[in-house]
Amino acid sequence: MNAPVFIAGLGVVSAIGHNAQDCLGALSMEKAGMGELELLRSLQQGKLPVAEIKLSNQQLASMTGLSPGTPRTALLSALAAGEAIKDAGMENVQNSRTGFISANTVGGMDKTEEFFESFMKDPASGKLHDVVHHECGAITEIVADHFGIHHFISTVSTACSSSANAVFTGARMIRHGLLDIAVVGGADALTRFTLNGFNTLMILDKKYCKPFDEHRNGLNLGEGAGYLVLVSEKIMKQLNKSAYCTLAGYSNANDAYHQTASSPEGTGSYLAMKQALASAGLKPGDIDYINLHGTGTSNNDIAEGTAIKLLFDPVYPKMSSTKSFTGHTLGASGGIEAVFSALAIRDGIIYPNLRFETPMKEFSFTPVVRFLKDRRVRHVLSNSFGFGGNCSSLIFSAC
Amino acid sequence: MKVYIRSAGNISPQHSLDKELFLGHRIAQGGSRMTALEPDYTHFVDAKMIRRMSRIVKMGVAAAMECLRAGGIQMPEAIITGTAYGCLEDTGIFLRRMIDNKEELLSPTAFIQSTHNTVGAQIALLLKCHGYNNTIVHRGFSFENALMDARLLLQEGADNILTGAVDEITADSHAILSRFGIYKKEMHGPGIPEDQKKGTVAGEGASFFLLTHQAQGALAEIRHLETIYKPKHFGDVENRIQQLLLESSLTIDDVDLVITGHNGDPAHDEIDIYLSDTIFRNKTTFPFKQLSGEYPTASGFALWLTSGLIGGQKAPEWFPAIPLPLKHILICNHDLNAHHALYLISAC
Repeated sequence: MNAPVFIAGLGVVSAIGHNAQDCLGALSMEKAGMGELELLRSLQQGKLPVAEIKLSNQQLASMTGLSPGTPRTALLSALAAGEAIKDAGMENVQNSRTGFISANTVGGMDKTEEFFESFMKDPASGKLHDVVHHECGAITEIVADHFGIHHFISTVSTACSSSANAVFTGARMIRHGLLDIAVVGGADALTRFTLNGFNTLMILDKKYCKPFDEHRNGLNLGEGAGYLVLVSEKIMKQLNKSAYCTLAGYSNANDAYHQTASSPEGTGSYLAMKQALASAGLKPGDIDYINLHGTGTSNNDIAEGTAIKLLFDPVYPKMSSTKSFTGHTLGASGGIEAVFSALAIRDGIIYPNLRFETPMKEFSFTPVVRFLKDRRVRHVLSNSFGFGGNCSSLIFSAC
Repeated sequence: MKVYIRSAGNISPQHSLDKELFLGHRIAQGGSRMTALEPDYTHFVDAKMIRRMSRIVKMGVAAAMECLRAGGIQMPEAIITGTAYGCLEDTGIFLRRMIDNKEELLSPTAFIQSTHNTVGAQIALLLKCHGYNNTIVHRGFSFENALMDARLLLQEGADNILTGAVDEITADSHAILSRFGIYKKEMHGPGIPEDQKKGTVAGEGASFFLLTHQAQGALAEIRHLETIYKPKHFGDVENRIQQLLLESSLTIDDVDLVITGHNGDPAHDEIDIYLSDTIFRNKTTFPFKQLSGEYPTASGFALWLTSGLIGGQKAPEWFPAIPLPLKHILICNHDLNAHHALYLISAC
């Protein structure tokens, strides 16, 4: 049950790059992906900065081979999952006991929004093709069918922790001997539904977000997808390449405090991190870098920071929120940050937390503010916390 | 490792919260939609909390609380929820207001409750349960993949995993799905299978189960659970049934009853007809969707019905004749012939 699970391939698309190499470039150049909303048709254009991927659905369709009428979340998912499968050197995923476990939060909502404009005027109007992929699971099936994966497919939706849960579900299934290969992660496109939803909660920063800063003002929404190809030791040996790292530990806990707010003590965050360390057989002092959930909201950062203090004080690892680059990509964030965590181990790098100026008065620690290279990065902790108190932590370790 | 059902709680278009009523009376609803019978929720949750909950959350929470009560467990070690459509009512409310108000002056309440994990989150909040909490949203496999996750947790050493399935019909979802031609224009008589007109009948409901390692006092054992995604041939499903019986050292002759997902739509029932002509020939079958209606997590109802039959060793008055004692029941469900699920449920 504790057999190693290797990361054999990865793929990512976000506002800072359309593949892992481009994202790494932007991370090392300290170049954020936020800007004006241009592609999503919304009355919030010009009012709220977002981390939007500047590829139209038509462009994404030609890059992936899917139809341009496909929901944007599925297009992003296929682009990043395709990169991960290719990177792992697996052309024949459909011939093995392969699983595709993917996360998203609003399925084909981008198309449903268009449908509803007509449907509300006349219940007999609106193109049915626009609602056929409304369900979260439909997004996963478009991509699974595209790559011919049918042995096991599943979709996780636990708000902003969704793809972290998808990632470690795959690892558990490999450890239980149910799968040999698991393509895991998540995707979410910007939609008017989520943009306006988060706006009503008054947690969107009108400027670029400043995670873990005393004067933080909320989050910026982003879009993207991030996937890992997880394999058993047996499959890893058959591949003509070295693994990025292993997925050494994971945990999921619930804050059980409030539907949308984290408890002041960060109970769920603390339990997720502590249990993930235990599952990896590591001590807090073993962690070299924490990829923070770090949304930039007042509530998240104080709760997450309090939990980190409780677990790590007085010796803190390096830490940063890469949401200062990609925005908060919701159901994709755990997948994207899992990719960044694996790359940090492979390349010995630590990402900066952009725009950080003033330490939070509650804490003695501060995030890393410059891109660091030639570091010893053996163990990375990646946090993903969401609405509904859903808190998950993953630990990646050098092979 | 063996997986047992300690207890179950269910809300459906039947009297599923009242055992005596359920055994005596089967409810037939006219029209193309079977609506869940909702209880007085104050029996399950504090009245102040109920006012803030949407219908799907109330159904899910009540089924979960009934399950915990019946199982005599106050705190499960994990909560896993399967839902295909999620919280449609609040999604629809927020979407309509957003379009009507041109993205201005919106209230957050409906958005907050629209996320797919709301049911599982509200159960955790009510119980103050800090354990593992997951929500699976994979169409006709939402519930089966939730059960698989629970099985992994049991193997990893946890116990008393609260696992469920919940989906609701809303006016919008029914109107839209009706346009796809999924539902009958109108229903005649109570039984789905007798009606050969195109389309099925919409259903909804919530089912929760406490899964445990312990056989003592349990209702039934989940001996085998298997899913098949888009089988190429009907024979693939038949072969998998043979295979799972073989792996359990059983033959089809050992199966006392088959609960099928036959939904009355000739477009989707060919697989059921194929199986009833082949492996299920001479078997007593019961198409459960005449009680629950059709929805992607309807198999939660089938498992509730089956665990009740095996655990109680008593058939409802309106049920086909079945041999007692019941030892093995096979559930053979499918959602629009894309998502097939096979369950072998056995007496403890």
